[in-house]
Amino acid sequence: MASFKNFSPLPGFRLSLGYTLFYLTLIVLIPLSAVVTNTVGMGWEAFWSAVTEPRVVATYKLTFGASLLAAAVNVVFGLIFAWVLVRYRFPGKGLVDALVDLPFALPTAVAGIALATIYAPNGPIGSLLAPWGIEIAYNPNGVLIALIFIGLPFVVRTVQPVLADLEKDVEEAAAGLGASRWQTFLKIILPHVTPALLTGFAMAFARAVGEYGSVIFIAGNMPMVSEITPLMIITKLEQYDYRGATAIASVMLLISFILLLVINGLQGWMQGRYTKGA
Amino acid sequence: MSIHVTDINKQFGAFRALDNVSLDIPSGQLVALLGPSGCGKTTLLRIIAGLEYADSGRILLDGEDASDRHVRERQVGFVFQHYALFRHMTVFDNVAFGLRVRPKKFRPAEAEIRKRVTRLLDLVQLGWLADRYPSQLSGGQRQRIALARALAVEPKVLLLDEPFGALDAKVRKELRRWLRQLHDEIHVTSVFVTHDQEEALEVSDRVVVINKGKVEQVGTPEEVYDNPATPFVASFLGSVNLFHGRVDGAHLHVGEHALHVGHDHNVTDQAIAFVRPHEFDLLPVDSPEGGLPARILRVISVGPTAQVELARLDGELVEVTISRDALSVLGLREGDNVSLRPRTIRVFQGERLAA
Repeated sequence: MASFKNFSPLPGFRLSLGYTLFYLTLIVLIPLSAVVTNTVGMGWEAFWSAVTEPRVVATYKLTFGASLLAAAVNVVFGLIFAWVLVRYRFPGKGLVDALVDLPFALPTAVAGIALATIYAPNGPIGSLLAPWGIEIAYNPNGVLIALIFIGLPFVVRTVQPVLADLEKDVEEAAAGLGASRWQTFLKIILPHVTPALLTGFAMAFARAVGEYGSVIFIAGNMPMVSEITPLMIITKLEQYDYRGATAIASVMLLISFILLLVINGLQGWMQGRYTKGA
Repeated sequence: MSIHVTDINKQFGAFRALDNVSLDIPSGQLVALLGPSGCGKTTLLRIIAGLEYADSGRILLDGEDASDRHVRERQVGFVFQHYALFRHMTVFDNVAFGLRVRPKKFRPAEAEIRKRVTRLLDLVQLGWLADRYPSQLSGGQRQRIALARALAVEPKVLLLDEPFGALDAKVRKELRRWLRQLHDEIHVTSVFVTHDQEEALEVSDRVVVINKGKVEQVGTPEEVYDNPATPFVASFLGSVNLFHGRVDGAHLHVGEHALHVGHDHNVTDQAIAFVRPHEFDLLPVDSPEGGLPARILRVISVGPTAQVELARLDGELVEVTISRDALSVLGLREGDNVSLRPRTIRVFQGERLAA
């Protein structure tokens, strides 16, 4: 045990670690284990048929596919957003900065209703797109839009401080050495913010996977087409099929956990590359 | 490569950073831009580099107008006060950066890059750190790597912005000696900014003293120290004692006492005279040669010289440095009254030398 303990000027390693584990158990692990124990009781065959039902499998594809895509979109636009907020001064900047957090604060159902109203074929934006044959609401596109909406602040808020931390000197040094703007971005700025981008990606993704409220209003919820996994779980619950619901939930947990673990590993590897031994 | 700066003006809002600055820097010299903080010296350096653009005026590099050229195309090496190393790259990759970002046509082969970087790292005596990251280096090592990185692109001009400003006193002293040696080896035209007069006088071939956006004087370290052109230069370089008085004939009248200053001064009521601490003789009170009467307040007799602090009759303090031998021959103690006689005195009239 002593080998784990590094010297630190603040005492209380055992106390704080103990507290952390206790808290993690109480708040995260016990509720999650209830999902698993509930599932274990149903037997392998019942479990397998519940989680591989074609309609359910279609929801996995939509939920994880749309979540990954939404997180990827947010990485690109979140970076641009953070860049603008860090690098430029313009009137109304404070307001824009505050608006970024709105998707955090808004009740998801409100967001869902608002998005559905706007993008519905008779809504202000939907009606403009409808003549072009572009439909956003009530199909997988709507799911993607909702997930992008709720994920944006995660990327902006993780990248913003890291970007602010990058000294202007460093960019000037790169330019002075003959690097073009594009080279400076690719070789200096991007490597600097990549760990933060990955964190933002992971958080936006995790949030999107679990999202329910904002999606169901705009998704249309057509079986095999635009149903998300959380909706599947709610549907089962409404039919008093608790075991079926927990079975699907446990599959979701497992996939999310593996993906987050991979992202975390990637991030640790990147971070390790340039703070080695520091 | 020579640098010619002509009539540069730069304004930041209401603040005039550079006021009609002109300057010639001959090829191969190591020049210091010296001045107090906020005097515009860093702005001038950044304008020469192309990191900042002047409101008016021109920058000629090697006789060619470079005023509108981007920093990328000016072929200058820039060293920043806080190193500005690329944190996510090893020392080797930092130094190689300038070569690797060149367009394919001009980019040396990887083997050639390796050779050049290795040579540069040897030049700054840090070859053994090639695989480390900047966070693992000390401040002095980081600055030497930053210098190697700037030299990798074979700049025509090397510009250094307070290169030793962030280092502690001992490292700073080592590094400036090292910079001088390096310059004697590679002879690239170099300009460095500093607010430390000792650094400027010790390292450079020529010193440019800047104050409030204007060049006060340009000259060798000896010239600016021994023959300051303005009261500012006199007081900024080294410590100095100040006398206000009236010049009449061959004398400067300070209160009711007179100091001999020679005949080549105009008559004026408002003269300022400067005397460096080591340019005083201390004489007995009743000495026939005359001088300013003063009382010794404190004697600090440490090291090769003694610092003597005196108070004039009107209460003004005067600082005198004499050898410890002279002090013991005179047998002076704290509380004694003496007569101060300057061996050299520089008299200014307003902003100009009163001659």
